[in-house]
Parts: sequence; C-alpha cells; structure tokens
Amino acid sequence: MNIDFYERIWMWAAGGIIAVFIAVIGLSTVAYGLHPPSHIETIEPSKVFTDPRFSKLGAPVVMPDGTVEVQMVAIMFAFAPNEVRVPAGRPIRFRLTSADVTHGFMIARTNANTMLVPGYISQFTTVFPRAGDYLVVCHEFCGNGHHVMSARVIVEESK
Amino acid sequence: MNGASFTRLALTNIGVAIAAFGVASAMAIMQALSRANLDLPFRSPAMYYLSVTAHGTLMAIVFTTFFIMGFGYVVAQHSLGAALAMRRTAWTSFWIAALGTVATVAVILAGKATVLYTFYPPLKAHPLFYIGLTLVVVGSWGWALVMLRAIGRWRRANAGRRIPLSVYGYAATIIIWLLATIGVAAEMLLQLIPWSLGWTPTIDPMLARMLFWWFGHPLVYFWLLPAYVVWYGLLPPAAGGKLFSEPLGRLVFAMFVLLSTPVGFHHQAMDPGVSSGWKLFHTFNTLLILYPSFVTAFTIIASLEIAGRMRGGQGLFGWIRRLPWSDPLVSSVILSMLLFAIGGWGGAINASFGMNAVIHNTSWVPGHFHTTVGSATALTFMGTAYVVVPRLLNRRLELVPMARVQPWLWFLGMLPFSIPTHITGLMGMPRRVFDPSYADHPTAVSWHWLTNVSAIGGMVLFASSLFFVLVMLFTLFAPRVSPEPIEFAEPLEDPGTKAAFLDRLGYLTALAALLVVVAYGYPIWQHLQMPRFGSAGFSPF
Repeated sequence: MNIDFYERIWMWAAGGIIAVFIAVIGLSTVAYGLHPPSHIETIEPSKVFTDPRFSKLGAPVVMPDGTVEVQMVAIMFAFAPNEVRVPAGRPIRFRLTSADVTHGFMIARTNANTMLVPGYISQFTTVFPRAGDYLVVCHEFCGNGHHVMSARVIVEESK
Repeated sequence: MNGASFTRLALTNIGVAIAAFGVASAMAIMQALSRANLDLPFRSPAMYYLSVTAHGTLMAIVFTTFFIMGFGYVVAQHSLGAALAMRRTAWTSFWIAALGTVATVAVILAGKATVLYTFYPPLKAHPLFYIGLTLVVVGSWGWALVMLRAIGRWRRANAGRRIPLSVYGYAATIIIWLLATIGVAAEMLLQLIPWSLGWTPTIDPMLARMLFWWFGHPLVYFWLLPAYVVWYGLLPPAAGGKLFSEPLGRLVFAMFVLLSTPVGFHHQAMDPGVSSGWKLFHTFNTLLILYPSFVTAFTIIASLEIAGRMRGGQGLFGWIRRLPWSDPLVSSVILSMLLFAIGGWGGAINASFGMNAVIHNTSWVPGHFHTTVGSATALTFMGTAYVVVPRLLNRRLELVPMARVQPWLWFLGMLPFSIPTHITGLMGMPRRVFDPSYADHPTAVSWHWLTNVSAIGGMVLFASSLFFVLVMLFTLFAPRVSPEPIEFAEPLEDPGTKAAFLDRLGYLTALAALLVVVAYGYPIWQHLQMPRFGSAGFSPF
C-alpha cells in the first residue's frame, strides 16, 4: 500500500505513543506490582453484619505485621462506621463490602477507589503520607439518598 | 417505489432521534443547575435521579440508535441503490424499536425505573424498562439485517468493485453492534427480565456487570463509527475537497471491528471479583484502539487541507481560513474533532488502570463522555441533520443563521461545561449526585465554584440544543425546493485493489468474534465456578 510520506511518519509516531503507554502500564504492573483493587473473595450480602470477617466495625485493628485493618460496610445510605481514625505513614488495609445494592467507595483527593458489589469483599492497601480529614464518598448511584452517603477518614500523625 | 419508501424510513428514524434529543436536553439543563446547588422549583432527589436516567437513556440509547439507523438508510440508499430492499422488515423493525422506546420512557417518567442507563442490579426497575430496551435492540437487529442483506446483494451484483467506503464504515458499525449486543441481550433475557418479573428469586450482580460492559464499551464505537462515516464521507465534499488516502479509512474501520469488544473490563478496573490479569489484557486492547482514531485525525485534516487549497488557500495555514466555516456541517465536524481531541486523551487516561483509580466514577467521567459521544457523535450528527434532513424532505433549510451559530454555541458551551467537570473529578467529586455539599466538608466546598462554571456551560449547551431543534422544526414546514442530491466524498486517488483483503468482512467478523470469546469466555466461565450469592433486588427510588 502506498502511503503518503508525512502520513507514514504520523502513523509510526502514533504507534510509538501507544507502545510507550502499554510499556509504562506493563512495567508498572510487573516491576512495581501496581494493580487495581482486584481482590476475589465472596460473602453472603444479607448476612454481612453477622459474618466474623466484619466483626470489627468499631475500630481499626492492628495486624501482627503492623498493617492497620479497617473494616467497613456500605448500606443505603451510609457507611458503617461513618468515621475511622488511622495513623499516617503506615500501611492501611481497607476491607469493604455492601449489604444491599452496588455502592462505591472513594477517599476524595486520593487514588483510594473501589466498587462495592454485593456478594464480594473489596480490599486494597494504601498509605496516607499526610495527616488530615479525608472525605469518603459513595460514587455509584444507590438510590434517592445517594448524595448523602459519605464517611470520613481522620488520618492522625503517628505517635 | 423503493427509493421514496426508504426516504420516509430514514426521516422517521431521524425524527424520533431528534425528538429524544430535545427531551433529553431539557433534562440536562436541570441537572447542570442542580449540581451547582441552585434552588429550583421541582428540585428533589427523586426528580434529579429520574432525570439522569431519562437523559442517559434518551441520549445514549434512543437518540444515537435511531439517528444511526436513519442515516444508515441514507448511506445505503445512496451507495447501494436498488440493492436496498426489505422495506416491510425495515418498517416492522422501526415500530418494534419505537414501541420499546415508548415503554421505557413511560416507566422512567412514572418514576418506576430510576436505575440510570447502566441499570446495575440489584437496583430493580419495573419489568417494562428492561423489556422496552430489549425491544429497541431487537428493532436495531432488524435494521442490521436489512442493511447487511443490501450490502450482500450489492456485492453479488457488482463483483470486482470495491464496497464504497461509507458502506464499509456502516458494515463495521453493524458487525460491532451485533457482537456487542449479544452481551446485553444475555443480561436482559437470562437475568434482568425474568428477575424483574419475579420468575427468578435472585440475580448475580457481578455477572450482570460483566455482560453489561461486554456491550457497554463497543456501544461507544457504535456511536462513533457513523460519525466517522460522516467525517470520511460527507465532510470532504461539503468543504469543497476530496478524501485523502481512502484505503487507510478502510483500515481504520477494520481495526475498530477487531478491537471494539475485548475491552469492557476497563470499565470494571475498580471492581472486586475480576482478576487484574484480565483487566490488564482489556487495558492493552483499549490502548490499541486509540490507533485508528490517530490515523483518522491525519486523514481528515489532510482532506480539509486539500479542500482549503482547492478553494485557493495559500501558505502553511492559509487553507484553514479558506474553509467554508459558514457551512454548518463543516463547522460542526471541525469543532467536534477539536472537542474529541480532549476526549481521546482523556480516554487514554481512563483506560490506564493506575490512573483510572483517581478518576473512576468521579465527575471526570461525564466530563469525558460529553467531549466524546456528546461532541464527536452528537455535534457531528447535528451537522449531518442540516445536510440530510432538508434533502430528504425536499425542503429548504430554515433559520440558516441559527444553524450556523449552533455548532459554535455547542463548542463554547462544552468547554466551560466539560473542563470544570473533569477538574472536579480530579478533586474527588463523584458523578451523578443530586447535591454535592457533603455537610460542607472543605473538600466539597472546593468544588463549588467549578460546578457553577459548568452550570453556565450547561446553559449555553441548552441554548445550542434549542437552536438545533428549532431549525429542524421550521425545516419540516419549510417551502418545498427541487431535489438536491446528498454528496459523498470522491477519493483523491482511486483505491483500485489497495488493501482489498480488508473488504473480506466475513473473515474480519470471525476474527473479531474469536477475540470476544478469548476476552470474555474464560473470565465468565471462571466467574461461574465461584461460590456466588444472589440478591433479591432493591428499588430505593
């Protein structure tokens, strides 16, 4: 096929840009283990509040390896608990699920973001470098009270 | 008379599309003002979420599908002539889709289907919502059959001739649509309809999400490719030029056929229950699908340059000034391309699954798709309507000054609407919220001035929509004029037998289907092996 010279350059450049995109994502996945939250663990949504895996909704739990685990359940139109206190600079593992419809969980102004699909436990680990009062919002439409569904993560300086 | 009857079919389909667009625009202005937190009469959460559902369904499904079907008949009638037959099937299909639309819109407006146009279970709508949408898809399958039969008949009668590029683009659109709708048809028929009727007690929400996004992403190429048919087919003659490198246009459409469907998991990058390996595979395919749009950008701009120079443009940029900017099709397409450039780069960000974590389900996403489907597609279709509708009616285009201003209003409204909407997304504002005040948390307060800017953009967009609908209404009753043909582009060079392998649509379809099986077959099989918990459903609206 006879392709115009400038168009040929353009096509190679476009291919190059895409190759760079793919390489960056491939490398960050393989070399740095950067994955989106893709935890696979199921749970009966109607029995979430009696499930031992969500028995520590009151306060974060410090695990033997130093990770702080936060458990939260989303229910129309609130998060339980609706406020958690965690230390800055330490790995925090969020374990979340929904007791009814599909919800979303996002800590605004961070990249902590996951869907909460009934029947599944969402899990990811993150570190808050700075103390502060972070807003958590439900970002998936869950009914007429969707916009009031929020929580707070209070990040405190580590002692 | 074959010709006249397909003219009426095209007009009726496009008429439904424009009516849906008008109603959906009225819904949109309410939403823009609500997110800016202005107190309006009738403002309530129930009303807001109902109108988001209506706006999404009417714009993304009804306006696009009916316009695409109508313009498809225009292309087929022009390029395939007598090979376009099966008039009764075409009318039956139209009525099935129209009936489905009426049923869906009626239950939405009655407040019984506030599930948004993504209708994720276990949110449960009235059964007629699902049945109506299924009928729209069934009607579109009838249209696809009519189109494919016409293409087949033309090829048998014209052995050795190349399929016209516009028809090739439509063939690609139809193949994508048929592969994509398998997913949503399975979701509707096996899951949502029996469950909403009470025949099955529970539903698997994750399976529904997978089947929805099997359909949901190729849907965007179903919107985009007919716009590309306009860019490759109608734009060059309207600008006064010819189409540059025609065979590459075929390559573009062929690449979309292959890559449109095995990409859906990038919408589920933040989902639990889907392994990150499959998300990565779909991410790579998504990035590859940028390629045909890059090629399109060159081809279309080169074709415009040819037009500008044929009109006497000189120098490096002189040709730009010589383009017929007062032609509403030309300005619509150029402005829609500029907005699509924002949307395209944004799309690459959405697809990159690390960055997706920052913007997933934030207002960045509506910011993004208003520059893609809301500009590349919608603005191009409006420009197309200015060319096609008067010629199908044999009437003159009325309110021409409004038609000339309208694309600019869209452009000037879309920038202040979509850019602040993108930015508030980066600042953590979720999409689709009635009132983003969150008890005046400092983060929420910081969004406020930007939502006000986007509300102003929304008002300008609404004015633009109103101009478009008025021009169409007045044209419907304009004085009759003698018939004028709809012109499709001449290639600068005849394609001859260049890249003839691309015309083997059967092989292309088989290869695309194989990719769909690879990308979805195994993940769905794997999903079905897991312990799964159904949900009985909720209707919190």
